[in-house]
Amino acid sequence: MQAKQQDFFTGAQDSLPILLGVVPFALICSVAAVSVGLTPFEAAGMSFIVFAGASQLAVLQLIGEGAVWLVMVLTAWVINLRFTMYSATLAPYLKDEPIYRKAPFAFILSDQAFGVTMSHFANKIPANPAWYFYGTAAAIWLTWIISAIAGALLGTLVPASWGLEFAFPLSFLALMFAALKDRPAVIAALVGGLTAIITRGLPYNLGLILAALLGIGAGVLAESIADKKMEGAAQ
Amino acid sequence: MNGLPLWLLFIAMALGTFALRFSFIYLFGKVEMPEWLRRALRFVPASVLAALVFPALTYPNGVLDLTLGNIRLLAGIGGALVAWRTKNVMWTIVVGMVLFWILQAL
Repeated sequence: MQAKQQDFFTGAQDSLPILLGVVPFALICSVAAVSVGLTPFEAAGMSFIVFAGASQLAVLQLIGEGAVWLVMVLTAWVINLRFTMYSATLAPYLKDEPIYRKAPFAFILSDQAFGVTMSHFANKIPANPAWYFYGTAAAIWLTWIISAIAGALLGTLVPASWGLEFAFPLSFLALMFAALKDRPAVIAALVGGLTAIITRGLPYNLGLILAALLGIGAGVLAESIADKKMEGAAQ
Repeated sequence: MNGLPLWLLFIAMALGTFALRFSFIYLFGKVEMPEWLRRALRFVPASVLAALVFPALTYPNGVLDLTLGNIRLLAGIGGALVAWRTKNVMWTIVVGMVLFWILQAL
């Protein structure tokens, strides 16, 4: 038990630097929610229930545009598809854990918890890797919730004349550039973005989902072409 | 949007997101993630985020505007430079918003 606690606290401690990024992002999500007309309670509730910032911001933008319910739900799910990748990567480390423990910690799996955990495991795998992950996830979740509540209370102080809805595309820009790690990813972004401009007029904001799928397809295609070239060069 | 439809929206978002988060943690040893899916998922963030950003900057009032009169596009390009250099959400918002307010005041 002692060793498990030790790994839990090491995970929480290793998450401290990244919390500096979690605080403003949670604040932004809540302030943005209030800016499109949610009450502070609804704003904080969204962060508590959903706990996935990028999808929350996307849905808030769609609420502001008056999109239909189903498109908002689908958009959130598409954005959060990346979690299956994290889930598959973490799965071997959690295989001996009971379901009553791994289910709640899967619920609070975040980009940041995954990032801290995997970069630590790349150097050294702790005696209880599951507990290390639990420590990172718990530290980030707690920070997120406290910041989200603070943001919901602050959000009511921001006047509409500030045009804060422009913070949505700006936050997506920063997240997008963090994802542009190589050329196929840049191609995915260009195809997704340009398709979204062309299909902007489609009903129910369906253009967004169509653009996302075409962008993903373009990225896969670009990567397989690059792989073929590499093979050709090697021969 | 408020009240019950809003809370149902949160619950639907959360249930789907939990299913995605728990998926392979739960299925470990039973189902492997197919290689084609792994390759495709890598491009989800870049593609979706670009699909959100591009129209938001180019349709300021619901109409396509690619001229220098579109201050959202100009401030967005400024924000993009900061995003590219720093990859930091906070700085991108601060610089982008300040540019937006300056261009609005001009």
